[in-house]
Amino acid sequence: MEKNVTLIALFAALIAALGLIPPVSLGFGVPITAQTLGVMLCGTVLGAKRGTLAVLLFVLLVAIGLPLLSGGRGGLGVFASPTVGFLIGWPIAAFVIGLIVEKWRTAPLLIVAGVASVLGGIVVMYVFGIIGMSVMLDKTLIEAAKIALVYVPGDLLKAGIAAMLTSALATARPASVLSRVDAH
Amino acid sequence: MISLTSPIKTRAHGWPAGAKLAGLCAATCGLFLIQNLALHATVFVGVLSLSALPGRAFFVASIRHLRVLAPFIIVIAVWHLWTHDGATGATIILRMLSAVALANLVTMTTKLTDMIDVIRVLTKPLARFGLRANVLELAIAMVIRLTPVLVEKGTRLSEAWSARSHRRAGWRIILPFTIIALDDADQVAEALRARGGFDALKDS
Repeated sequence: MEKNVTLIALFAALIAALGLIPPVSLGFGVPITAQTLGVMLCGTVLGAKRGTLAVLLFVLLVAIGLPLLSGGRGGLGVFASPTVGFLIGWPIAAFVIGLIVEKWRTAPLLIVAGVASVLGGIVVMYVFGIIGMSVMLDKTLIEAAKIALVYVPGDLLKAGIAAMLTSALATARPASVLSRVDAH
Repeated sequence: MISLTSPIKTRAHGWPAGAKLAGLCAATCGLFLIQNLALHATVFVGVLSLSALPGRAFFVASIRHLRVLAPFIIVIAVWHLWTHDGATGATIILRMLSAVALANLVTMTTKLTDMIDVIRVLTKPLARFGLRANVLELAIAMVIRLTPVLVEKGTRLSEAWSARSHRRAGWRIILPFTIIALDDADQVAEALRARGGFDALKDS
């Protein structure tokens, strides 16, 4: 129990710390931050349950007013802004990623973690993100999708990095990739 | 770590956090029901005057929090000028600004401890699913304490990288960074257990 709660808290802190790595900017000022990479790692490393709880804890801390999102953003204003859908989609993305890595054990971890990060970290996250934008900006889903798509190239890159990191972690600390270890 | 609560004390700092949050929910829902441009402009001016009441520094801080919306304001403005529907565009932009500014006002005038009290009340029903309020509070405290520790270790990693290479470290340091985090988790969990673990926590 202590171990699980510590891991959940530490990965929430990891998402926060990744937000402080300077963001790389795409063409017209859309920053790519490493924070969604943190969400993907929560799923691939901690598994569905613990990964979701870690991301939920992070989102909760943002809501109660800690400036943990990249660029020092946070507080309730984030939940009234057009990107709210992505934030709500984060825990669900971590859950889907964790579930895929836990269940699909026949392929190499690199491929499984990559596919899981794309399905959870991009497909699931964008479904929520686009619905959020469509509601907050009063646009149809198709129109909102056009606005949201600028973030996709960066997220594809992050899914690739998440897959490589997970597979490297499984080599460096085999017991730490809990999504593949049953005894806990 | 500094929370987003404003150091400038206002009368709203003393109001109950639960009431402020409920009011914010109601106000945000109300904003989505209004379709009239003039009314939205009035609401926005009202929110701005509220933010200006505690003084200049508070006002500047609250305006600074709105800067992140700039890309969306530009996208919506260009979009609706293109479709010759400026009134709808202005309505959307004003509604977005008022909603975010109001939410920020609640964050700026509510202490972290008051927010945690609200969470304790809201998560009470989850106790039957095994969520212990004091464990959640400990987890919140651990994130707040561990984030600067991780940032410090990450900074040291990237310094070690730049001592050996003229290129930027970028994502390559995330692997050792994650390994450090996992090893820290082991040590922190052991330290917690050595002090009696969660059984030693008093139920609040």
